Amino acid sequence: MAFLELEGVHKRFGTNQVLTGVDLHVDEHDVVCLIGPSGCGKSTLLRCINALEQIDGGAIRIDGEQASGRGVDLDGLRQDVGIVFQAFNLFPHMTVLDNVTLAPRKVLGLQRKQADDRALTLLGRIGLDAKARDYPDRLSGGQQQRVAIVRALAMQPRLLLLDEITSALDPELVSEVLNIVRELANEGMTMLLATHEMSFAREVSSKVCFLDGGVICEEGPPEQIFGEPRNERTRIFLKRIIEAGRL
Amino acid sequence: MALVGGIVEPAEPAIQRLHPINTRLGLSIAALVTGLVAAAVTAVALARFYDSLGVVGGALTAWAVGLVALTAIVTVVLAACGSLAVARSVQAARLIPEDRVAARASGAAAKDWQWYVAGLSITALVLAFLAFFLSANDGAVRHQYLDWDAIDEFLPTLWKGFWLNIKVFLVAEILVLIWGLVLALARIFPGKAGRPVRFLAVAYIDLFRGFPAIITIYLVVLGFQAGDVPPFDRLQGETKLFWLCTTALVLVYGAYVAEVYRAGLESIHWSQTAAARSLGLSYAQTMRYVITPQAVRRIIPPLLNDFIGLQKDTALLSVVGLLEVLNRARLTSNRLFNLSPNLAAGVAFVLITIPLARFTDWLVRRQARARAGG
Repeated sequence: MAFLELEGVHKRFGTNQVLTGVDLHVDEHDVVCLIGPSGCGKSTLLRCINALEQIDGGAIRIDGEQASGRGVDLDGLRQDVGIVFQAFNLFPHMTVLDNVTLAPRKVLGLQRKQADDRALTLLGRIGLDAKARDYPDRLSGGQQQRVAIVRALAMQPRLLLLDEITSALDPELVSEVLNIVRELANEGMTMLLATHEMSFAREVSSKVCFLDGGVICEEGPPEQIFGEPRNERTRIFLKRIIEAGRL
Repeated sequence: MALVGGIVEPAEPAIQRLHPINTRLGLSIAALVTGLVAAAVTAVALARFYDSLGVVGGALTAWAVGLVALTAIVTVVLAACGSLAVARSVQAARLIPEDRVAARASGAAAKDWQWYVAGLSITALVLAFLAFFLSANDGAVRHQYLDWDAIDEFLPTLWKGFWLNIKVFLVAEILVLIWGLVLALARIFPGKAGRPVRFLAVAYIDLFRGFPAIITIYLVVLGFQAGDVPPFDRLQGETKLFWLCTTALVLVYGAYVAEVYRAGLESIHWSQTAAARSLGLSYAQTMRYVITPQAVRRIIPPLLNDFIGLQKDTALLSVVGLLEVLNRARLTSNRLFNLSPNLAAGVAFVLITIPLARFTDWLVRRQARARAGG
C-alpha cells in the first residue's frame, strides 16, 4: 500500500473545475514530481493534500488513514505533512530562529532550549545558523526559501510537499535551494513536488506525473516521460519546454 | 519614413514644437501690487488692534514698538519679493535675444518669487484677520477670550481638572486596546458555528458606533447610578463616577477600535495563515502568534488617531458632572462672565494632543520607508 493515495480527487473553485479526478500514489521514500502547464492544478493538488483546501470529491489517504472529509484531525494531519510555498511565507515579525521553532514549541510542546538547539542544528546543515537571529527581510530569496524548508522539517514531517519552491527566485539562487531538496531525496524523505525545473525533476525524481486539464495524463519514470512521452499533450508540453531552452 | 509592407509611407508633416519663453511680466506686476495691498491691509488691521488695546504707559509703548516693527517687516518683505519678481521678469525679457537659456531661467525665478508673494500675502491677511477679530468692539471680543487675569485665576483649577481627564483617558485607552481586540476577533470568528458570535459583534459595533457618544455617556453613567448596576454599586462617590465615565468611553471607543483592529487583521495576507496552519498550528494559535502581532504593528497609526479622539471626548464627561477640566472651566467662566477659562482648557487638550499627533506622523513615515524597502 502506498504511503500517500489519491483517489478520484475533485476540486472546483466556483464553476471552475480545477481537479477532475486525480489518482496518484506516492510510496515511502519516493520523490514524485508534478509537471504541467501553468494553471493545471499542481499547486491546488498540493494544497488539497495538506487540507489547506477542502476537496469536493474523491479521497485522500495517508499511511492508510483517511485524510480528507469530515472527522479528520487537520492539525494532526498537518503535523505529518509539511509544505513549502512558492513565496516562502516566512513570518516577517519573527526571527529566523523563531520562525523555525514556533510550531515545535506551540504544537509539539518542546521547551524553548530544546527547540532552539534542534533548529540551530537544522540551520547549521543549510549554513544559515549565523542568520538565526536575523529577521527574514535581511535574507536573500534563496536563504528565505531554505529557512522555509527548515521550518517545515523542524516538525519532522513524514511527507514534504514542495510547491514550485524555486519559481520566485533569481536564477543564480535556484541551485542552493535545489541542493537541499537533492540531499533530502538522498536521505529518503518522501516528497511530492510541483516544479518547472525539468532537468532537476529528471535527475531527482523516482516518478514524474504530467498534470493537465485537471487529471494526471501520464505518469512514469523520468527517463520515460522525458525521453519517450506517450501522451500527445505531454509531448506538446515538453516540446514547448525544449523550445524555451529549459530542458 | 516608415517602411510598411514594402510601401514607403508618405512622410507626415513634422510637428512644429514652439518653445516660447515666458517672462511672466504681467503676473509679476500683479504679484507686486497684491503684496503691497496685503501689506496695507495688515497695517490698517494692526493699527486698529493698537487703538483697541486699552492699556497705558510703558506697556502701550512696548505694544506700539512691536506692532510698528511687525508692520515694517511685513511691508518690506512683501515689497521686496514683489519687486524681485518684476525684476526677474524684466531681466528675462531683456535676455531673450542674447541667451535663451538664461532668459528661461530668469522667467522661472520670477515664478518662484510670485509664489513667495502669494504665500506671504495669505499669511499677512490671516494675521490681519486675527487682529481685526481681536480688536472688534473695541477689544470686547479679545477680552472675552484672552482675559489673562481670568486665565491666571483658573490655572490651578485647570491642572486639577485636567489631571482627571488624563487619568480617565489613560485607563480607558488600556481597556479599549483589550476590548477592541476581543470585539475584532469575535467579528472575524470563522465557520458556521461562529455565526452567532459574529452577529453579536457586528450588532455591538453598529450600535455603539452609531450612538452619539454623549447619549451613551448619559445612559451609562446616569442609568448605572440610578439602577445601582453591579459591580459599580460597590464603589462610592468620585471613584464610582470615575469608573462609570471610563466604562462609557470604553464602550464607545471599543467599537471604533474594533474596526481598526479588524482592518488590520484582514490586511494580513492569507498566505501567512496558510503557512501557520500547514505547520499544525490551530486557528487560535495562528491568530495569537502569527496574525495579531503583525496586524497590531500595522494599525498603530490609525489606533493613535482614535486615541486622540478619545482624549478630546473626555470633555463630554462634563455633562454627567465629572469634575474634569471643562466642567471646572465652565464654573469659573460663569462666575467671571468670561470665556477665557474655556479657551485655556481647550489649549490644554491641544498641548497633550500635539506630541501624540507628531508621534503618529513619525510612525507613518517610518512604515512608509520600511515598505519602500528600508
